[in-house]
Amino acid sequence: MEYSNMMELKFLSKSQNESFARTVIAAFAAQLDPTIEDIADIKTAVSEAVTNAIIHGYGNKINLITIKAFINDHTITIEVIDEGKGIEDIEKAMEPLFTSKPDEERAGMGFTVMQTFMDELDVESEPGKGTRIIMKKQIQPYK
Amino acid sequence: MDIKFTKKTNTLIVKFDGELDHHVADQLKEKIDKEYNTGFKNLIFDLKNVNFMDSSGIGVIIGRYKKVKEKNGKVVLVNANSQLNKIIEISGLMRIIKCYNSIEEALKSM
Repeated sequence: MEYSNMMELKFLSKSQNESFARTVIAAFAAQLDPTIEDIADIKTAVSEAVTNAIIHGYGNKINLITIKAFINDHTITIEVIDEGKGIEDIEKAMEPLFTSKPDEERAGMGFTVMQTFMDELDVESEPGKGTRIIMKKQIQPYK
Repeated sequence: MDIKFTKKTNTLIVKFDGELDHHVADQLKEKIDKEYNTGFKNLIFDLKNVNFMDSSGIGVIIGRYKKVKEKNGKVVLVNANSQLNKIIEISGLMRIIKCYNSIEEALKSM
């Protein structure tokens, strides 16, 4: 991948790291001069991806989550990677309101939010190996 | 997370500070349910001091809506900022829950 800047972060799949992860990515994205709305969108999408890794990828067991972010021109690409149980049926998991844990009051909206708040969303997953979520957003230079 | 409860006859107003994500969701649910179950009908979420919310927050609101509906009560949201409004809109929550700009307006709707 071509990029002019990049970062990588590894942290434990503990829920208190959700806010840590989205804050770090927001700080990294700041060099693109995003609007407040852009930053809120990125933070929300990262929060959803990290929460998914914690709850679904690792089933609340403690393991490592990796986040990478790349900047190229005005685009930020963010990858959220876990080595958890993976997703059997990605299409189904991405349906709005689908949740594999209906008893836990999950809204089933994680992927819908990521899709809506970012420009591009890709999900690569292999059962038993893990999941990589790749999200892109173009930031219009702030005038 | 700092939670404050205010009572207006049979309506419980919940106000909390900070960021509403998966990390605080369970604790918040538990505290709200405990208070609500002491004999309330309606529930108002005052979101004025919530500066971040993701779909875990939507889950908290939908979950409370189900419980309040069982008692024929209403759930309404007050003072959501633009980031919160965006996720509330995307979730379709507005089809079942109304949003107001002040507690007074919300109380009048009950």
